[in-house]
Amino acid sequence: MNPLTALPHPDPATLDRLHARLVEAAAADDTLDIAYRTVDTPLGELLLAATPAGLVRVAYESEGHDAVLSTLAAKVSPRVLRAPSRLDPAARELDDYFAGRRHVFDLPLDLQLAHGFRREVLAHLPDIAYGRTASYSAVAAAAGRPTAVRAAASACAVNPLPIVIPCHRVVRSDGSLGGYLGGVAAKQALLTLESAG
Amino acid sequence: MSLPPFESIVAEHGAVVLRVCRAVLRPDDAEDAWSETFLAALRAYPRLRPDSNIRGWLITIAHRKAIDGYRTNRRAPLAVAELPHEPATADVYEVTDAALEAAVRALPDKQRQVVAYRYLADLTYREIAELVGGSEAAARRSAADGIATLRRTYVPEEPE
Repeated sequence: MNPLTALPHPDPATLDRLHARLVEAAAADDTLDIAYRTVDTPLGELLLAATPAGLVRVAYESEGHDAVLSTLAAKVSPRVLRAPSRLDPAARELDDYFAGRRHVFDLPLDLQLAHGFRREVLAHLPDIAYGRTASYSAVAAAAGRPTAVRAAASACAVNPLPIVIPCHRVVRSDGSLGGYLGGVAAKQALLTLESAG
Repeated sequence: MSLPPFESIVAEHGAVVLRVCRAVLRPDDAEDAWSETFLAALRAYPRLRPDSNIRGWLITIAHRKAIDGYRTNRRAPLAVAELPHEPATADVYEVTDAALEAAVRALPDKQRQVVAYRYLADLTYREIAELVGGSEAAARRSAADGIATLRRTYVPEEPE
């Protein structure tokens, strides 16, 4: 039998305190490459992740938060820590957005997960005003390639920052919704929220 | 295969590393040692091979950065005398065995480290010998001596 079994186990509060201390030390040491937290919203729990440059990922529950964090560890850096306070501004703006109090996000964004034309498309999406929609072909044209409608649609489909970069405002030319990585019901809910404001 | 998010390393091994630090260091030094260990681990983490033995790697960092070097002068002398005299509670899950902690802390440095690395961190004697120096057989003897001393000095409370 293990003779040290009776040594006390650290209580969760102590480990939480040490974890918070590690987050602070890592941030001061420039080794907190990705901070993350979750927020409760009317569309379920969202994962928010940020690099020192800005918000890098917003993920719906349906994407699998663990899978999203593993992908971030592989693509950006494995130095990933749960650090809620570092995402307080983003969490607050999302709260305000879902309460109808905020129409424009004012957060530093890190678009390193999007490349080339996809990045061009994402950069132009905030030009679609709150409560308005645009077609995929209009978005392709705004990004400088009027014929690249399918590429514009796939840029929206893999938007790493849904809600904050409003790919939900892009719909089909015939007025139907088109797809959405958070599910069509989520897209409809966002457009309904914005039409009320 | 790639490295998992560092958060999962802290979640999985944080408690074990703290138990080891508490067993081999004074209580106030143990938390500093934990912090120093995990910050150093976070720094080095991107260069770690994904198939590494993570717990062994963390204990190695703890030993080299925080434990080795504290030595005898930092050890609580005769911690037995400082024990709070609390009655043992009936619920076994509530019992924190302070007498055992004190007995471990009273072991000589090397025995204490070897016993903690073996029985708390589950390292092999070969890994332990690499950390504390000497041969694998010497590490095994240190552990046996340490355990023999614990059996002599530590008398668990008899259940009612």
